[in-house]
Amino acid sequence: MEFIIITLVKTGLVAFILLTTLAYLQWVERKVIAHVQARVGPYRVGPHGLLQPLADVVKLMTKEDLIPDHVNKVFYVLAPFLAVFLALLSISVIPFGPAVEIFGIKTNLGLADINIGILLILAVSSLGVYGIALAGWASNNKYSLMGGLRSAAQMVSYELPMALAIAAPLILSNSLNLREIVDTQAGNWYGIPNWNIFTGGQIFGFFLFMIAAFAETNRIPFDLPEAENELVAGFHVEYSSMKFAGFFMAEYANMITVCSVATVLFLGGWHSPIPSQAGSGVFAALVHFAAAGMLFFHAMHAARPFDKITFPVFGVVISGIGAIFLAGAFVWPALGAAINGLFWYGAKTFILLFVFIWIRATLPRFRYDQLMRFAWLFMFPAALLNMLITAFFVALKG
Amino acid sequence: MITYTSTDHFVLLPGLLLALFGCAVLLLDFLFPKDVKGRGWLVGIALSGVGFASWQSWQQYLYLKAHSMTPLVAFNGALVLDGFALFFNGIVLASAALVMLISYRYLEDEKEHHTEYYALVLFAACGAFFLNGGLDMVTIFVGLELMAVSFYILVGFLRTDKRSNEAAMKYLLLGGFSTGFLIYGFSIFYGLTGSTNLAALATVIPARGANDPLLYLAIVTTLVGLLFKIGAAPFHMWAPDTYEGAPTTVTAFLAVASKTASFALLLRVMLVGLGTAREMWEPLLTGAAVLTLTIGNLAAISQSNVKRLLAYSSIGHAGYVLLGLIAGNQTGLIGVSIYLLTYAFSTIGAFLVLIALRRRGVAVETIEDLASLGKRYPYYALLMLLFLMSLAGLPPTAGFIGKYYIFLSLVESGKYGLAIVGALYVAVSLYYYFRLVRSMFLTESIEAQVLAPSNGVRLVLALTGIATIAMGILPEPFLRMAAISLGR
Amino acid sequence: MSGDTFFFYAFSALALLGGLGTVLLRNAVHCALALMTSLLGVAGLYLLQGAEFLFAVQIVLYIGGIMVLFLFVIMLVNLDQASKLQQFGRQTPIALVVALAAVAAIFSMLSKSAVLLPASVSLTPLTGGNTETVANVLFTDYLLPFELVSILLLVAVVGSVMMAGKRTE
Repeated sequence: MEFIIITLVKTGLVAFILLTTLAYLQWVERKVIAHVQARVGPYRVGPHGLLQPLADVVKLMTKEDLIPDHVNKVFYVLAPFLAVFLALLSISVIPFGPAVEIFGIKTNLGLADINIGILLILAVSSLGVYGIALAGWASNNKYSLMGGLRSAAQMVSYELPMALAIAAPLILSNSLNLREIVDTQAGNWYGIPNWNIFTGGQIFGFFLFMIAAFAETNRIPFDLPEAENELVAGFHVEYSSMKFAGFFMAEYANMITVCSVATVLFLGGWHSPIPSQAGSGVFAALVHFAAAGMLFFHAMHAARPFDKITFPVFGVVISGIGAIFLAGAFVWPALGAAINGLFWYGAKTFILLFVFIWIRATLPRFRYDQLMRFAWLFMFPAALLNMLITAFFVALKG
Repeated sequence: MITYTSTDHFVLLPGLLLALFGCAVLLLDFLFPKDVKGRGWLVGIALSGVGFASWQSWQQYLYLKAHSMTPLVAFNGALVLDGFALFFNGIVLASAALVMLISYRYLEDEKEHHTEYYALVLFAACGAFFLNGGLDMVTIFVGLELMAVSFYILVGFLRTDKRSNEAAMKYLLLGGFSTGFLIYGFSIFYGLTGSTNLAALATVIPARGANDPLLYLAIVTTLVGLLFKIGAAPFHMWAPDTYEGAPTTVTAFLAVASKTASFALLLRVMLVGLGTAREMWEPLLTGAAVLTLTIGNLAAISQSNVKRLLAYSSIGHAGYVLLGLIAGNQTGLIGVSIYLLTYAFSTIGAFLVLIALRRRGVAVETIEDLASLGKRYPYYALLMLLFLMSLAGLPPTAGFIGKYYIFLSLVESGKYGLAIVGALYVAVSLYYYFRLVRSMFLTESIEAQVLAPSNGVRLVLALTGIATIAMGILPEPFLRMAAISLGR
Repeated sequence: MSGDTFFFYAFSALALLGGLGTVLLRNAVHCALALMTSLLGVAGLYLLQGAEFLFAVQIVLYIGGIMVLFLFVIMLVNLDQASKLQQFGRQTPIALVVALAAVAAIFSMLSKSAVLLPASVSLTPLTGGNTETVANVLFTDYLLPFELVSILLLVAVVGSVMMAGKRTE
């Protein structure tokens, strides 16, 4: 019974945080791209457009939900649900932090702790293509069909190098359980964090994984399925309202998932890069205080009158969070372990998400034949080689 | 911990060599530019692969002989080296070598000359090795699939020929279907024993008692798969179409290597795994054998296409071999071995005459195409006569020895009824073989020029001809070879 | 009915209905999706047996890989004509009778027989994780077939490339 209650509470929390993040990731993306392109981005709704995601949600929900006559109704309706469902499913096996004990309850930070976690993620992500392919086919539109076909070919092709890139850290950690994989990356080696990307020598594997991840999530430069200047909008041409929003959510949820997986497999999960004796507990607090300080500074030199109020408010909130981290470091170690883990996990994932957005603002799109050739003639052999070399060294050591 | 002992290596080596040479042929073909004329040396490499494998098999024979033919078990009981496996490996190797020798010119004429062909022949032979020596159901299954998949591709090798495509498609679909039955039977055997080893099966059957329905189900489904592979009725429908549509060289290989290896598997499963449940499978096999003899021989009568006719006759031959298994005594088993040996040479020879007679772009296929062959090409006609006599089982050719032993074993074991049925169908078969002979020697036809056959074809014609005569006149050494298969 | 039993029947029904749908449905895309459902049911059965590795591999390879390629090809070809063709031959009633008789025979044989596995075989899932067990068995007892499969796959690749390759004259 206790198990069920804890699980329900955790699920509710994760779902809330994940969905909020999904909405705000959109805001972050628009802001970042705007600043890359010397614009300001969303600005009108709320301070710095912070309420824009809310407005978008209301807009999408109240729009007319159009189902064209020529579509295959069942699969047309099913496809976006399938896409969202599968995208949200894989987050359930990601461990966000260490096992903690709060209020006498021992629990892992993370929803499910299963033996084949990484295989389940691969399985679910390989199913993800059905949402897109079915949407493309059921729309009964040539642009949609092209988009669906492209995504099917692309995702199947890039799944291979992705799986092979994943295999290398698995060999290093000798487990398929994500929590155990993170545990093997604890500690450091002469000051270098003991992460797979550094001491495991997986820098190459990490890049292979990230490239494949871009293709698996259909992000620029691999967003061929929706290439708007060739296919109008690709597989979701015929979708509107919440069904359209479903595909949008799926894309962002998939981004979060692959970034989480990259964090877990290559970047040491929730482990801090700073050894604890060098004050890793205080680092998070310092970051928050610095951010708060910056906000206070900008409030003094505010460009707009509104900022004079909003900046200090946010500054106070963030320094409050910083104070909690301080408390965790000195007063309540159990809490410290939990929130520090979450902090590092979140920070790494967020940096990777930023890279996703950054690349979208920077690179043009591949041509289709280049995309496939790259997958089979470079990514696949390179990932295979990476795995073999890793296996060789592991065998040599053991 | 992975273990690979020297015994494993020794037992595996011939099959391993075949696979490695197959890969080597593919790689060399890939490494050298495509437009270079005359890739005959790649055929040489493929042939040398068969040569090395034969040499290793000979070493295995010498070893076994020095150890009083005690079977050598490798890979935790997955693979066994005994006289039985050696004998059938020998037939497979011989047929692979002969087929490769005759294929070069044939494929050039069909404008489908690709080195993949030789690699596939090697892989098919490799798969056949695991049917001959496999003792573990998983190994057997994978070996069977390796052989079958290679054959699916080989049968459809003439990509622009619709009949070849159709043949490959039919063979693939029906083959896949029958393999499903086989693996279903195997899965029940696994359920009965908790082990995938055939030897373990033999220990469980007495404990479960005779006429256990589940055991019966497993035997029936396994037999469906196996009877399909040997081309026995009622699962023979693929054979005529496939034999007719496939490239003739592949037809010869299919009729010999696939059939002998599948028979080896059938014998192994029935005698090693299910030897103690004989009363359960013997009636089933008897029915299948009689049906096979009937369908094969009666349907052959009305055929006008020679390849189809030979296909039906090869169905009939499967029936005779099954009779040897049903007789079940030592004579019967020697009969099965010697029958398959003689059948191999006569069948390759008969198909080879068809290949040698083909005119540019036109294959010799119907009985009319053979008309007045005796006048035009007396040597070919005589050779064809020889092979047909052997297939019919007339003395002094090889086929007589095989049929003699089969009938002897039936009489010894008191199965007179089956002996009479068999003898009756020999008479029937004489009729349709004689139709070919009549066409060759007693009818007139227009003159048609055939291409000069390649040296490979000449060589193989001579070899098969000599073997067919020699086995008929001097059967003693060949009988001793067949005795090896019984571990003597 | 315990949870396991319920899920066993649920997954079995999924597998069987999917199989029926694959054969009987007219639209090829629907057939492919029915086959996918069937494979999903089998994956569920693996999971119930405690074979979580097989479960994941079944989904990754069959549903996420092979079936996607099926779907890909089906979407590329024009199926309007194919869906109007007569789907079964005239022997359908006979085939139906034979198939049902075979099912009845198999069912009666299974139900009449004694317990399936011999007593020496344990029915409980092995401890220590299914993945490790599969790996151990694969590389010890079944090393030979495991390696042999690589040649089988090579042959399949060579064959498909051969058949699909350009026709050079």
